Amino acid sequence: MLNRDEDILQAAETWQKQGHGVALATVVETWGSAPRPAGSSLVINDDGTFLGSVSGGCVEGAVVTEALDVIASGQPKMLEFGVADETAWNVGLSCGGTIRVFVEKVG
Amino acid sequence: MKLEILKELNAERAARRPVIIVTDTANGEQRLVKAADIAADPLRAELAKQLRMGKSGNVEVAGKKLFLNVYAPTAKLVIIGAVHISQALAPLARSLDYDVTVVDPRTAFASPERFPDVPLVAEWPDVALPPLNVDHYTAFVAVTHDPKIDDPALLHAFDRDCFYIGALGSRKTHAKRAERLRAQGAKDSDIARIHAPIGLDIGAVSPSEIAVAIMAEITAQLRLPPKEKEEAA
Repeated sequence: MLNRDEDILQAAETWQKQGHGVALATVVETWGSAPRPAGSSLVINDDGTFLGSVSGGCVEGAVVTEALDVIASGQPKMLEFGVADETAWNVGLSCGGTIRVFVEKVG
Repeated sequence: MKLEILKELNAERAARRPVIIVTDTANGEQRLVKAADIAADPLRAELAKQLRMGKSGNVEVAGKKLFLNVYAPTAKLVIIGAVHISQALAPLARSLDYDVTVVDPRTAFASPERFPDVPLVAEWPDVALPPLNVDHYTAFVAVTHDPKIDDPALLHAFDRDCFYIGALGSRKTHAKRAERLRAQGAKDSDIARIHAPIGLDIGAVSPSEIAVAIMAEITAQLRLPPKEKEEAA
């Protein structure tokens, strides 16, 4: 897919310059009918403000919560969401797909 | 992502140059590869493939799982000629995610009634084209049948190294066009880049079918590796 939605990366840079803690969450793998392709991303700042999308709305809340941890710790994390997934995550994708989301701190 | 990498990524994107970010997802280690540096990269085969497909994905190299995130500029389509074929071509190209602009100095042709929702420039190519920033990620199609409009536009497309250049007209028309362009200083290698007759040979008859043939040819040019591209043409 040709990229159209990456002004969020400019926002990440701007937030960082303004002194915010910033994290970047990126879909790195998808199985089944995942709503957003690999490479889709979400940027989050330490206010909990976010831009972009990794799932079209299904799991963004959980990603933002994890991203705040990543901003605090500086350690990247891999998250997995799926309807059949019974691990730590309570949220899932209603479409039945599975996605892995890599969350990293910016800066 | 380190701030320097983010800054460089944003700068390359702003300049409409493709970039791939390579991330070791086990430890977060990351590097940025510019399109121009792919040929010299240890991962060149993988990087070139992902870039050509415009698709991000994972590769495993020496036991490391790497995520290749591709940032390719949105492809543009510049159509010279607000003609019947263009009325079918513009919406089709938009559905394929191209940023489309139609250029035609003839205001009777370049009217919003004929091209709702499509950016139109009712100027001659020498005025219309420079602000459009035609670049490598642009497909360029000349379909007016009028040498006064098509020829200068094609010379501009050669200059800007468009990934696809097509021009309407039979082999005979094209042979005359080649002569005219040569007389205006075009190189044989430039003229050889023009797809003419335009579009894949699918027996297209109606304007809509010709639009399909053109977009199929543009897609092949964008996505196929070089060897298969020759076979498709």
